[in-house]
Amino acid sequence: MSNPITQLVPTPGQTVGPFYGYALPFEKDNELLAPGLAGSIRLSGTVYDGAGETVPDAILEIWQPDADGRIVQRTGSLRRDGYTFTGWGRSAVGYSGVFTFTTVDPGPTSPGAAPFISVAIFARGLTNRLFTRIYLPENEEALARDPLLASLEPERRRTLLARRDPDGGLTWDVRLQGEGETVFLDFQ
Amino acid sequence: MPHDTEAPTDKLVPATEVPAARAPLDAAVETQQDLSAEINGLADAYARARKDGAPAEIQPRLDYPPYRSSILRHPTKSLHHADPETIELFSPAFGHQDVHALESDLTIQHNGDPQGERIIVAGKVLDGDGRPVAGQLVEIWQANASGRYMHKRDQHPAPLDPNFTGIGRCITGPDGSYRFTTIKPGAYPWKNHLNAWRPAHIHFSLFGTEFTQRIITQMYFPGDQLFPLDPIYQTIVDQDARDRLVANYDHDLTGPEWALGYNWDIVLTGPKRTWTENEALGTAGDDSE
Repeated sequence: MSNPITQLVPTPGQTVGPFYGYALPFEKDNELLAPGLAGSIRLSGTVYDGAGETVPDAILEIWQPDADGRIVQRTGSLRRDGYTFTGWGRSAVGYSGVFTFTTVDPGPTSPGAAPFISVAIFARGLTNRLFTRIYLPENEEALARDPLLASLEPERRRTLLARRDPDGGLTWDVRLQGEGETVFLDFQ
Repeated sequence: MPHDTEAPTDKLVPATEVPAARAPLDAAVETQQDLSAEINGLADAYARARKDGAPAEIQPRLDYPPYRSSILRHPTKSLHHADPETIELFSPAFGHQDVHALESDLTIQHNGDPQGERIIVAGKVLDGDGRPVAGQLVEIWQANASGRYMHKRDQHPAPLDPNFTGIGRCITGPDGSYRFTTIKPGAYPWKNHLNAWRPAHIHFSLFGTEFTQRIITQMYFPGDQLFPLDPIYQTIVDQDARDRLVANYDHDLTGPEWALGYNWDIVLTGPKRTWTENEALGTAGDDSE
């Protein structure tokens, strides 16, 4: 299990603080696809703290394959042209703790794999970023086969599944702490 | 109200409120003495644990009560180990169409020169193997020379600078290098406790070659007297790890008749994929370099 290469020690993270709001958000940052475009869906949710209060100063980033499961490597996320799908977006929560993305359902990256969206969460009071995943609720078989989901207790597993809304959108909430605490990931 | 206030965080201070009256009105009644006792207690416990063989902690603690805002915002369950898969083994791509070359100079974004001490901040972004991380987006934001952010919720009664917004971006060069020209930010008060002041810092946002390397951090300046008093800096309980956030003054980087230079290298998360025995034996799949 040991890695023979001498590794440099990573630089530690720090909180994003409260004042990223004039720096990180940018025009169309949360529109991976122009709203209303064929295949576009809304992905939204609310960020909660351990008291069940909404968190007004969090920012989320998503990174996902396209609808066909391809991992695109295209530039242009900061200057959206309205057509190029780059797979990456950023949404600061509003005062009510709600974030919204316009995106597409991610496709499976290999046959039979459960599609998911990768997420990074930053907030004031959160000393380092957190990673997690949003899985689509459909295809129980694929979900059952997924190694991460299979390693979780049912109650915890649920926190990674989005809900499908009647309009085709997805709802997925973040609970930083407490009952229904979201599963956050460590990749080390 | 200034800075990292406790709830309600979004309350704007009416323009008519007398700023000087703010301190007694809020919940920040705990003294620095109280906070320092907590900080030192945690530091002592960490030192004892190290002596007993505990590994060094290289990242901040998510659960660090002296930083009051973290109390309700840290996960209580351990992070769940996952092997990164597919999308997580890649990072979003950014290029020169995303970032203009002039965005790395924070001193030319307005019609006049910003107030304060002009500085150059430069360094390299490296991966855990010491390889340069090229073509990656680096974003920074910071307070102005008097310690105030260009943000509506920052009501610290220090002057805003009409010639300084405090936002910069660049794309790392082939050797992983980045370089910003900016103004040294000021220290500023916040509401963690009575007389809480943040050491001067610049926020850095970095990607990497894998999404798992995504990091937001803060760069500090050498010799800051506020380090031992600051609960956010102290969320990193290990001194060596904390030191990694402090830039070095670099006289070679300093520009004659122009700006003081600071060098700060950033190492993104090292070994990403867990090596298996099979991979160690040479059957590794996609170690594409």
